[in-house]
Amino acid sequence: MKVPETEIQQAINDPRLQLAIYTATGRLIDHRAGVVSAEALPDYQALRDEAHAIKKHTIENLDYYLEQLESNVVAHGGKVVFCRTGEEAADFVLNLAKERDLHMLVKSKSMTSEEIHFNERLEKHHLEAIETDLGEYILQLAHQRPYHIVAPALHLTRYDVADVFTKELGVENEVAIEKQTKLARKVLRQKFLEAGIGVSGANFLIADSGAIVIVENEGNARLTTSTPKIHIAIAGIEKVIPRAQDLAVFLNLLGRSATGQPLTVYTSFLSGPRRESEIDGPDEFYLLLLDNGRTNLLADPEKRQSLFCIRCGACLNHCPVYRKIGGHNYPWVYSGPIGAIITPQFHGINQDTWLPFASSLCGACAEVCPVKIEIPKLLLKLREEVTEVKRRQCSDGLERFAFQLFAWVATHPKIYRFLANLGSIFFPLVPHIGPLKKWASQRSVPEPAKQSFHAWWASRKGSS
Amino acid sequence: MVGVTEGFLVTAREQILGDIRRALGRAAGQPPLFEVAPLGSGELAAPSLRIPRSDGNLFVNLFVQKFENLGGKSFRVRDTSAAVPVIADLLVQKSAVASNSPFLRKCGVTGLPQVHAGFSERDELKKACSAADIGITSVDYALAETGSFVMLSSFNEARLVSLLPPAHIAIFPRSLILANLDQLLSMLPRPADQTSSMVLITGPSRTADIEQILVRGVHGPGEIYAVIVDQD
Repeated sequence: MKVPETEIQQAINDPRLQLAIYTATGRLIDHRAGVVSAEALPDYQALRDEAHAIKKHTIENLDYYLEQLESNVVAHGGKVVFCRTGEEAADFVLNLAKERDLHMLVKSKSMTSEEIHFNERLEKHHLEAIETDLGEYILQLAHQRPYHIVAPALHLTRYDVADVFTKELGVENEVAIEKQTKLARKVLRQKFLEAGIGVSGANFLIADSGAIVIVENEGNARLTTSTPKIHIAIAGIEKVIPRAQDLAVFLNLLGRSATGQPLTVYTSFLSGPRRESEIDGPDEFYLLLLDNGRTNLLADPEKRQSLFCIRCGACLNHCPVYRKIGGHNYPWVYSGPIGAIITPQFHGINQDTWLPFASSLCGACAEVCPVKIEIPKLLLKLREEVTEVKRRQCSDGLERFAFQLFAWVATHPKIYRFLANLGSIFFPLVPHIGPLKKWASQRSVPEPAKQSFHAWWASRKGSS
Repeated sequence: MVGVTEGFLVTAREQILGDIRRALGRAAGQPPLFEVAPLGSGELAAPSLRIPRSDGNLFVNLFVQKFENLGGKSFRVRDTSAAVPVIADLLVQKSAVASNSPFLRKCGVTGLPQVHAGFSERDELKKACSAADIGITSVDYALAETGSFVMLSSFNEARLVSLLPPAHIAIFPRSLILANLDQLLSMLPRPADQTSSMVLITGPSRTADIEQILVRGVHGPGEIYAVIVDQD
């Protein structure tokens, strides 16, 4: 895909949108800063180092921890389903729903499910999937994809939400945020009580416990995983960590980096279906482990750190590019700096070749990343790969011709000198002609030397 | 398990694990390489748990402070007999569901006329919780540093009591207040061994999805109370 120049221009020229992005990311920046400061969390830097080390270790031994996770999930009465693609994941859910004659499911927020267009796949087969996170619910009604990893409807104002609710739910136009929230609670509460299946994501998969961990603020993930009789969790294979005790590191970083909360309101640690003595909870538990391109990122020891990401969104909030162009101008559901490094790796370096270049390499992303992914370094590496691919493809014929011409001139001294002399005579005209006029109007153009080095050398030789 | 899909699922598993091993240069069943561990230990570095030392009184005060900062309201009572008047005040004109926690019985909460208790069947519990104004539970632990309740799902503590009603009251002895998450994990290194669900509840349900404006009580309880019993 090419750079979506028109759309980017539109986003930049839309003052309402610019204000929305700037305010929301600004708030998230401030909230984070308050809880990771040296006074608030003296061990912050040590925690980042530990998080990076644990992720590195786990990813380098990924098959081992996945098998350990699998056997522990099974030990608690759950089932693990490996899925190569989004289609396989959706097919599993469709078959299960068909077998149980279920036509509606509730969903809590999951970027992994966004990544595989889960809802669309199900709807094609008449299985209704209802988003229950407030932001995701609004977006589902508005037929939009998330604008931000943790604040999906960041770009919409209360007035936009009022219009969406009026149009899609047939309610009176209501612009008070509190009342909009109440309305969503009422509509969705009914769905929770009716749904036969709840589909969630997972923030962490715990190998030594066969458990998943979900963090959230609204309570919709608790409802999704507790009210229906079947709970299906979808997670990328990279979400696994070795031990429950490692959560002391990750939970101390995730909420703080994402929204500035030392802990989110609900942190659920779930394993398998309800136990025999428990009154409520699901009767069946399935964990879908999704590859969908992740194994492609493993071979390169440097690039595989892209899989350490815990999806806190801090790099988006701090990115000067994201804060200008917004989330929808990135080609995939993962936007911002993390999107810029994982999109070309998941989809192939030939796709969206502009993405690694859409960065000033200011390094703000790496500075705030809780697991210390070297995003700027990876961007440079990807640029190198894109350039290499382009060179091999010779896609830019003109550029190639220009360099061949230069090589020929540079290896023929007489012609080189002739052209160099010609250049020094005509160079002062540059600010006055053609396309360079505008460029030179803002800059002082260097003056060519009166004498070329060759000429000077020759005259010096003559004098000695 | 769905029969039709059984065939490809096995293949997907083998393929994914195979792809991972090829990319990482590992053999099937090979134990992990412990590069990150301190020299000579031969293991992944021991989990780092940071547990501040302090006396119980400080933890109670810290819990109260953090819990109220989040928008919770707390009460401290001398002993179990003093809990009922506090609860009765909160229940005026309201209906409530109580969990099967023995501590609630000990406090006499289950004897209050507005309180429905003794549920052991899922659908009945779900119905009662959907209709109730308030859910009353105890906790398994509380965390001072973050002002959190820790609830392990069991016959005594069902999941829905602290989830479906618009308000949640937790009554618990102060001896259950731990320093922080790290201490909890040091005491419960594998919570899944005991329960299908352990949840940390840190403040009332909230959202900031519209314009980053904070609204309480979106799906879970918007009001949350802690009644801390000094002597149990």
